[in-house]
Amino acid sequence: MSLQYIGLSEINGPLVVLDNVEGVSYDEVTEIRLDDGTKRIGRVVEISGKKAVLQVFEGTNGLSLKNTKTRFMGKPMEMPLSPEILGRIFNGAGRPVDGLGEIFAEKTADINGKPLNPVSRAYPRNYIHTGISSIDALMTLIRGQKLPIFSGSGLSHNKLAVQIVRQAKIAENSGQDFAVVFAAMGVKNDVADYFRRSFEESGVLQKVVMFLNLSNDPIIERILTPRCALTAAEYLAFEKNMHILVILTDMTSYAEAVREFSSSKGEIPGRKGFPGYLYSDLASLYERAGIIKGSEGSVTQIPILTMPNDDITHPVPDLTGYITEGQIVLDRGLDQTGVYPPISVLPSLSRLMKDGIGEGYTRSDHADVSNQLFACYAKVMDARALASVIGEDELSDLDKSYMNFGKMFEKYFITQRPDENRSIDETLDLGWKLLSLLPKSALDRVNEKLLEEKYDPHAAEMFE
Amino acid sequence: MNTIFSINGPVVKVRDTKDFSMLEMVYVGVKRLIGEVIGITSDETTIQVYESTTGLRPGEPVEGSGMPMSATLGPGILSNIFDGIERPLKQIEALSGAFISEGANVSALDTAKKYDVKITVSVGDKLSGGDIYATCPETPVIEHRCMVHPNLAGEVVWTAENGHYTINDCVVKLKTDSGEVKELTLCQKWPIKRSRPFKERLPISRPLITGQRVIDTILPIAKGGTAAVPGGFGTGKTMTQHQLAKWCDADIIVYIGCGERGNEMTQVLEEFSELVDPRTGKALTDRTVLIANTSNMPVAAREASIYTGITLAEYYRDMGYHIAIMADSTSRWAEALREISGRLEEMPAEEGFPAYLPSRISEFYERAGYVQSLNGAEGSVTIIGAVSPQGSDFSEPVTQNTKRFVRCFWALDKSLAYARHYPAINWNDSYSEYIDDLSNYYDENVSIDFLKYRQSISNILLEENKLMEIVKLIGSDVLPEDQKLVIEIARVVRVGFLQQNAYHKDDTYVPLDKQFRMMEIILTLYNKCKKVVAAGTPVSAVVKTGVFEKVIKMKYDIPNDKPELFNMLTVEIDQQLKKINAEA
Repeated sequence: MSLQYIGLSEINGPLVVLDNVEGVSYDEVTEIRLDDGTKRIGRVVEISGKKAVLQVFEGTNGLSLKNTKTRFMGKPMEMPLSPEILGRIFNGAGRPVDGLGEIFAEKTADINGKPLNPVSRAYPRNYIHTGISSIDALMTLIRGQKLPIFSGSGLSHNKLAVQIVRQAKIAENSGQDFAVVFAAMGVKNDVADYFRRSFEESGVLQKVVMFLNLSNDPIIERILTPRCALTAAEYLAFEKNMHILVILTDMTSYAEAVREFSSSKGEIPGRKGFPGYLYSDLASLYERAGIIKGSEGSVTQIPILTMPNDDITHPVPDLTGYITEGQIVLDRGLDQTGVYPPISVLPSLSRLMKDGIGEGYTRSDHADVSNQLFACYAKVMDARALASVIGEDELSDLDKSYMNFGKMFEKYFITQRPDENRSIDETLDLGWKLLSLLPKSALDRVNEKLLEEKYDPHAAEMFE
Repeated sequence: MNTIFSINGPVVKVRDTKDFSMLEMVYVGVKRLIGEVIGITSDETTIQVYESTTGLRPGEPVEGSGMPMSATLGPGILSNIFDGIERPLKQIEALSGAFISEGANVSALDTAKKYDVKITVSVGDKLSGGDIYATCPETPVIEHRCMVHPNLAGEVVWTAENGHYTINDCVVKLKTDSGEVKELTLCQKWPIKRSRPFKERLPISRPLITGQRVIDTILPIAKGGTAAVPGGFGTGKTMTQHQLAKWCDADIIVYIGCGERGNEMTQVLEEFSELVDPRTGKALTDRTVLIANTSNMPVAAREASIYTGITLAEYYRDMGYHIAIMADSTSRWAEALREISGRLEEMPAEEGFPAYLPSRISEFYERAGYVQSLNGAEGSVTIIGAVSPQGSDFSEPVTQNTKRFVRCFWALDKSLAYARHYPAINWNDSYSEYIDDLSNYYDENVSIDFLKYRQSISNILLEENKLMEIVKLIGSDVLPEDQKLVIEIARVVRVGFLQQNAYHKDDTYVPLDKQFRMMEIILTLYNKCKKVVAAGTPVSAVVKTGVFEKVIKMKYDIPNDKPELFNMLTVEIDQQLKKINAEA
């Protein structure tokens, strides 16, 4: 039986201070028992001599300087793991909340994880077919990648995430298990419910581990949620050889929780009040995606974040973009014109795509088509800008054909039904047909032989 | 015994001791985590710990090493991958598996491997700091030259026979002036935060040839120079760095992955071991050393990784090699400074960065240079640092302060990247101050016309930039014919010359000579078209002949080893233009 300390010496926001403690280690977990018998979990965030500062995850509501008994657990925050976590629902701190009882743990693991040695990583090369044309052709998702969705309030990021989960043929012909780890941070109850229902409808619920920290749950607990989720993901991927898709939503709420915690600790704020270490903190989550040499499993992450005021330079999307391997950006303008999925093609990118497409992965002409589509769509934007000044009628013929291409591209290529699953051949052929709307000389990113073979103005006549 | 008093993230404090010196390396706690003393007051010593402090307790011992944080320098550095404080990641993997755990105490260099050492001095020789006393082949392409520690001098009193030795075997004994006999092994230590001494700085006169047209021709960098590559995410900073690391004509590449993605380091590791160096015919890894502190590795080691990298580079420079350092990204290093500064509760300056940010950045870039080393050999260190501006805003402190201390600025542009124009270096916002220093080299080694052509190409781009302002307002149809031609030619320059395909076997690296011929063709085309247009032919008729497209495709159509095809291209241009005249 370890020592219990009665009372506290200071309470400040989510932080409490204990005096005269001994043998406490940094990052250690504590259990704070209130007089009414309820328990809260805390963590040591600073030690100075005999004074320890603890962060209380469920909040300091109802705590007083003398109604608590604090016990130090002698180890960092750990999570019980076993294959039976599949299909279970946990709260943000990793405790089961589905009423099915505690997890009978096969092992426990430190939720902070450890940095993956770059030498031990295998470079991700296997593409994940999502059935969504814009993603498959232009920002291909690769197994072991971290590819966030940058969205805004009210955009259809959740619908898109569900479609990806439903259509992702992540386990194709490898016979391995596929599972989803879903972490909700500060999302509305409706959203969590939407995901749960969608998982149920598509019959994957038994393959989903859910971690829910809803918007009315304690904010500090939110800091633990993605860590618990990723610990579960790493366990399933690297010890149980499964392919895991991790969905983290909403990273902006997570970052705000970090900010709140930082300011209550009295730290010096950086940009927009976020702490200077937000980059390292986000990296400690995102970098937990990947593949280990010699292991069959993989962790692929799709974090979702809402850009406050649709501002991509806001610290959260900005720092995320610097860590993740690309991004899928959703656009309000497209959404308003009824385009689903409203993917803004130009700022979207998949960094790992170049090594996972082409001969042997997708199709040999994939790189050419996608480069050319990007380049042409960029021209569409120029033409539109010009048209808004001088009027569409005054445009040159080439610019007019770009305008037409842009319209058709958005209507036929980007737009698709939420249950439409296009094969890679369909997607790329569609791309060629759209490119055939343009004069041949405008296609300068594809090699000539390919152009001869695929350029077909007649096929383009189908677009109306 | 000194013990830990307080712990806050990577910052640990020790009370009431006078045992430590500033920047001394210390071992913290029972796990012996590596740390560095960064502040001393009469009652408190502050230490930053290079590893995760989870589980550390007050009362655990702190032991000084009596030495500043140092890098071990000797054979075995090349082809290796280290963490921020020069611990080989492969050995750490062997020790703790795929995930890195703290307290891994491994030697920087392989102590068991034997090198084929040739002693180059004999008894009686007087040696001073920097003199070479032994050599051994480190990799198939690089000969390692063991040098006397810069602070040491004396007379050789004993040498070993030529033969196979490990890095810790004594090969030469040196009697110093004070009569003390020092044993020289194949390796030495040097504090990472101090620059290694040299005899003198030499003027900068040779370009670092990268095979990237926009760099070599428009914005060249010199051997011993400094360049910054700023760009928001997705603009291709890393890609540019990879291209330079693969193709530039330095002897040795030090690639520092500072706070970047783990998968990227894996990619470098995989790709470089498969790629063949065009000049030596051996694997690129034979001339490369990687330093990886990925974004989820401890932040204090991120600060150190930059210094470790440059110390390794200076060591090889002293042997007489040309080194290029790719630091990706220096912003992460600056953020590490900010994070540590915040933990120390220092007064912040701009955006929370410490007030000493500019001086740290300048100290780093000033360690570049073309020098004559203590032993008389000429070598250089070129630094190419990526900068990741927050919110893609070039007015933020790291970009601005970097701009002050580098002479070459390659600004990456989001709109170019969106249009998949790579390398996305914006020719209008970027600059290179090395043109004048390098003019002699270009005149002598490429052609006397090189700089003239370069100027003409720049002028075309400049003029296009001006015209585009008009086109944006009223469309290109209203421009007079000669200006339309400028726009067409500028397109040829942009697409045919500046844009370069890193995945094309010929286009990924283009020798200076071909770059020159390409410029020549574009300018010939321009001059000839000018005449045709002046004679009354509309630009649209010239476009229809397809000469522009033909010239744009020359980067693919003309292989690097067949420059004679350029003459055929000139002939073809002539024929096509003549056809218009005949038809008209």
